[in-house]
Amino acid sequence: MKALIFTAAALAAAPVAAQDLQGRNLAAACAICHGTEGRAPSRDLVPIAGMPRDYLVKQMIDFRDGKRPATVMHQIAKGYTDPQIDALAAWFAAQKR
Amino acid sequence: MKRRDFIKLAGAVSLAGCASSVPSKARVVVVGGGFGGATAAKYIRLWAPSLDVVLVERESSFTSCPISNLVLAGYSSMQEISHGYDALRRHGVQVVRDEAVAIDAAKKTVRLGRGGDIAYERLIVSPGIDFNFGEIQGYESAMNAGRVLHAWQAGAQTVALRQQLEQMRDGGVYVLSIPLAPYRCPPGPYERASMVAAYFKQAKPRSKVLVLDANPDVTSKAGLFKAAWKDLYSGILEYRGSSKAIGVDAATMTVKLEVEDVKGDVLNVVPPHRAGNIAMQAGLITTNNRWCDVDWRTMESKKVPGIHVLGDATLSAPGMPKSGSMANNHAKIAAAAITAALGGRGAGPEPKIINTCYSFVSQKEAIRVSSVHEWDAGQGTLIAVKGSGGVSAARSEAEGTYAWNWARTIWADSLA
Repeated sequence: MKALIFTAAALAAAPVAAQDLQGRNLAAACAICHGTEGRAPSRDLVPIAGMPRDYLVKQMIDFRDGKRPATVMHQIAKGYTDPQIDALAAWFAAQKR
Repeated sequence: MKRRDFIKLAGAVSLAGCASSVPSKARVVVVGGGFGGATAAKYIRLWAPSLDVVLVERESSFTSCPISNLVLAGYSSMQEISHGYDALRRHGVQVVRDEAVAIDAAKKTVRLGRGGDIAYERLIVSPGIDFNFGEIQGYESAMNAGRVLHAWQAGAQTVALRQQLEQMRDGGVYVLSIPLAPYRCPPGPYERASMVAAYFKQAKPRSKVLVLDANPDVTSKAGLFKAAWKDLYSGILEYRGSSKAIGVDAATMTVKLEVEDVKGDVLNVVPPHRAGNIAMQAGLITTNNRWCDVDWRTMESKKVPGIHVLGDATLSAPGMPKSGSMANNHAKIAAAAITAALGGRGAGPEPKIINTCYSFVSQKEAIRVSSVHEWDAGQGTLIAVKGSGGVSAARSEAEGTYAWNWARTIWADSLA
């Protein structure tokens, strides 16, 4: 038990990987509409924290390609490259709901 | 994270007993608790809980400019657009209610209005706007007499303008004067004109809204605003471009333009603005005596190292509006850069941020504009990503619902 606690503490103190920082920083911009860390304060908004990575990637690409109808996300998604979408999706998928 | 030098707290009366207990922490001081400053304080604590964050704000609560135009129409209330700072305290932000009156960039201290200096490792200045009253002759005395209002900083003037609209006789004229761009919230004046027109249509149908725009045409969402005005407020709302106010006369309730004088019953004249006063005092202004140029990768001042400037006070990047969404995003760029620097890491990846602004055109219907901005090394600034962004297909009640959701979410993201 003690060992487990030490492991957790070590992980918490570990430097954040550059890849995670990219996802975190990109994701922070989404918070104005989807809530801090993707946890929306209202049920009317889509809470994206903890959604599966593959699902998020597909939605963003479908928005970007006009395959999924949208009021705003089709215009936002066009601003992102495939690697950026993947970094975003990976970061949101790793957040607790 | 490497151990920091002990931070000098001598004279910081307001902080005595709270901040000095952990002297080994690096301290970030944030001046101004609006969309920029509040978000920066919160996100620095989220991303680097080991840092000491002090927010200096002169008001006891935040009053949102977004949605404040609905207060003018009676569709929202001051209570609804006001938010306290207690939630930031729960994030570990020390909120000091005082005014930052001077900054010493060499000593790295902020002087407080009630006395005392706070030392900082990094400083964030998010001062919003102040006005160049002198550009409109007679403005300050007319404003001080309550005869002309801007209500372009939500608060007491929002309440006063609502009262004037309520007291105005049916058949009266409300005059809204808009300064030349750049100004805070490009679509804001046109939303305001729409909201006042909606109120008149319902409560004082013989009254008029007269928009005097210094700009040649509507500066944001022009097609959508003009369609709404034609469909909903024909005979109530009149728009005149290239109509710059150069003076006001409180005695005759007149706005003086370059070529003619216009009389009204309620005069809502928004003067040209500039970065807030503390930015001027601290020597952060770089451009036209008005705005603060920054390195968009970090939000650090191009003039004073160690000081990051956020929000409406910045010299806007090309195509970037002065908006709450942008100030909130500026804060996250600064938070990423500062937590990286104080944590001994290199700068993070280059920033990419999103703007989204909703405007109401009637009680329930809204329109929207969005854009995505990214770092362009060649131009050395943030630019709108080609092919991204745009406006609503049409005004709708669905966009109105999204507008409220946006407001509640950004308030929470910034302050809760």
